[in-house]
Amino acid sequence: MARGTIIRFDIEAPKIARKVKAGQFVIIRVNETGERIPLTVADKDEFAGIITIIFQIVGKTTALMRSLNEGDFIRDVAGPLGRPADTENKGTVVMVGGGTGVAILHHVTKAFKESGNYVIGIIGSKTREMLILENEMTAICDELVITTDDGSYGERGFVTDPLGKYLEERYDVRLVYAIGPIPMMRNIVKLTRKYNVPTMVSLNPIMIDGTGMCGGCRVKINNEIRFCCVDGPDFDGFQVDFEELEKRNSMYLADEKTSLLFSIR
Amino acid sequence: MLEQDVRYLKFKTFLSFYCPHCKKTFNVERQNERGLIFTAKYQQNDFELKLSPYLDVFEVKVSYPLKDGEILDDLICPQCKKSIVSTEVRCSDCGSKVGEAIVSAYAKLIPFYFCLKFGCHWHGITKEDERFIKLKIPRQAMPEQDQVVRISNFQEVPYGYTSELALLEAGRCLQCKKPGCVEGCPVNIDIPSFIALIAEEKFDAAIKKIKEANVFPSICGRVCPQESQCEAHCILGKKDEPVAIGRLERFVADWERKSDKVKIPEIKISTGKRIAVVGSGPGGLTAAADMRQLGYEVTIFEALHEPGGVLTYGIPEFRLPKSIVKFEIDFLRKMGVRLELNHIIGNILTIDELLEHFDAVFIGVGAGAPWFLGVEGESLGNVFSANEYLTRMNLMKAYLFPEYDTPKPKGNKVAVIGGGNVAMDCARTAIRTGASEVTIIYRRSRQELPARAEEVHHAGQEGIKFKLLTNPIRFLGTDNKMIKGMECIKMQLGEPDASGRRRPLPIEGSNFIHDCDMAIVAVGNGPNPVIFHSTPDMKLDARGYIQVNPETMETTKEFVYAGGDIVTGAATVILAMGAGRIAARAIHQKLSRTPRTRK
Repeated sequence: MARGTIIRFDIEAPKIARKVKAGQFVIIRVNETGERIPLTVADKDEFAGIITIIFQIVGKTTALMRSLNEGDFIRDVAGPLGRPADTENKGTVVMVGGGTGVAILHHVTKAFKESGNYVIGIIGSKTREMLILENEMTAICDELVITTDDGSYGERGFVTDPLGKYLEERYDVRLVYAIGPIPMMRNIVKLTRKYNVPTMVSLNPIMIDGTGMCGGCRVKINNEIRFCCVDGPDFDGFQVDFEELEKRNSMYLADEKTSLLFSIR
Repeated sequence: MLEQDVRYLKFKTFLSFYCPHCKKTFNVERQNERGLIFTAKYQQNDFELKLSPYLDVFEVKVSYPLKDGEILDDLICPQCKKSIVSTEVRCSDCGSKVGEAIVSAYAKLIPFYFCLKFGCHWHGITKEDERFIKLKIPRQAMPEQDQVVRISNFQEVPYGYTSELALLEAGRCLQCKKPGCVEGCPVNIDIPSFIALIAEEKFDAAIKKIKEANVFPSICGRVCPQESQCEAHCILGKKDEPVAIGRLERFVADWERKSDKVKIPEIKISTGKRIAVVGSGPGGLTAAADMRQLGYEVTIFEALHEPGGVLTYGIPEFRLPKSIVKFEIDFLRKMGVRLELNHIIGNILTIDELLEHFDAVFIGVGAGAPWFLGVEGESLGNVFSANEYLTRMNLMKAYLFPEYDTPKPKGNKVAVIGGGNVAMDCARTAIRTGASEVTIIYRRSRQELPARAEEVHHAGQEGIKFKLLTNPIRFLGTDNKMIKGMECIKMQLGEPDASGRRRPLPIEGSNFIHDCDMAIVAVGNGPNPVIFHSTPDMKLDARGYIQVNPETMETTKEFVYAGGDIVTGAATVILAMGAGRIAARAIHQKLSRTPRTRK
């Protein structure tokens, strides 16, 4: 179980499955002493009453989830939270996802496709092993480009490379939807700003309750405080203060280590 | 946990009883039994007679079988062995001889007589004397955890009255004919009656009396701002200190719980109708309890993973132990109320969908969205909303990190902005979790502090500093985007504003830097819009709170009721409970009259 391992969970939560829309998330608490973590729903099956989440092991909670077996129970699942992504028909959209961001991207892409858009997908990861949902994305997207940082699969480089090419060549791109690590989203916004293509980003700040109660997930949008859990998670990429988001997200890195070490002991 | 020193407290303010001859005090305690102990003579037999010393409680215990109406021959002082039977005074009821003692009620000595006819009432002290003595009993201090010890633990600070203290305090009540306290209570508890019952040691009846008007006295006794409600109207408070109504309320409620006397109330025959309660805070819990008793099937929906609302995520353990909240919620469960946790109404189910399954809906979701100051640097690391800070600490138990996974906000010099109960809670939590210096920064003066007097007092005891008439205008950050200080400005008070309090105005040029490495913004909460996205037909007022008919708490959407902070804006626990009760009655009336078929 290495750090960085990507895991998929299908959770039986019929009430949430009935309501959840693309872009929305759930809050999960694994056990009595656990913290509440937000995880975006990657897919749902209304009829079976199942929601799918895909996550990467980054800290204690995700490591703990890894130790669960099929048929186990998760202490709390609350949702759906956040506003659904705005997936109306725009014409041509480019969907960009990096790392586990692809999991969420998949759900949103599906919705964009269903509303009749021409969907171009760009998904990237560090190496081939960490690439997820390739088949699913291929099935939905009208065009799909894959990149890996080390060139072990698809194009070598970052997702911004093919995105730049598309923006240069196609004038009919109406929207870029990006989700992934903060530096990736920041670079994408830098690029799309040049071409003045509207860009939506899905943010993942630190969150506690997820219901708009604590303000821990506040992000600066156009210099105004907004709560990601109720006003987001999707925001206009041009207006997001990424630097602040990145600093806020790294506030508890040391604690994460303490927490992990504690549980090993 | 430290045990309180009961011996010390017991006699701290006790009235003394003297022998009229030797001027020595009578024995007032032996083997934890309390009373005046004499040697009584009856038909050549010596035996012990113990009288309860409480002013309006008459209780006799004898160690010799005596029947009602028998007259004792003599009473002997246990110290000087002389007869203490008065030669001048006779019992006004039966004409028998009376025993005489002297009560010292502070500077004044008052004769105290008791009839020798066993079973007859004593009537030594005139009404005026009694009143005089009552006025002389000081307000009984609350036994508390030591201030040095308590800042390193989360245990409750006040221990609560012992029954001795409660009896003494209850004895202070003048039993006014037109009690102001009742009017001052938002739910109109019959305060004089329950206090009279405590004084008579009928705790069982006293708690019953309170519960007629208030379902959760153990919570209200702890968190109500009594000094601005019931106790503000107490006649005694005009010259001296008011009766400690809140402490007495808490005492009987705790007595009931600790002595395992809590009974599930009678639940009426099922009406077959179903009620949805949204939010499990004080308003929702009260509405649920009342509706259930009226025979409705009640389901409470709570967004978080623990029920209790502000009682659970907001008010810290040392002020309201979570075991009490849990007890009250378990009590509701035992009554047959269903709880659905992790249900965010508005998202997982809309109000309209609830109306398909339920006959009526009560919304008591509180005012949960935190306000920020809107000044520069508010998004720096280690700047928290009070809600986030308290949620981490209370709900997620971050103070037990790393046993609990949620990280604890770390700060050495902590600044809390605001002057309400929430600000005090944050400050006192911070000092308990390792901060070396905690400062409350408030823009008005001490007089305007909206927090309960007791909380301000406790905060002061615990070493929390107050920087009053001060307002932050900017947060300063390190290169790493963590807070390192605040630029503040001094304020002065101008003309009263809409709230009746004097408006604070900045004094130009008085800027200064206040160093801190953590700041908590506790300047209030507004309505959380999540629930309204899906109900455009429910009218909100200009500030975003739900509009209701104040008589019934019904919203502009039929069969939907609301109460508590989501209607009034951030207020108190007891007001929310009051609203829950009004709504419960109104729903019952409406559903009994108006037939409604669920869609």
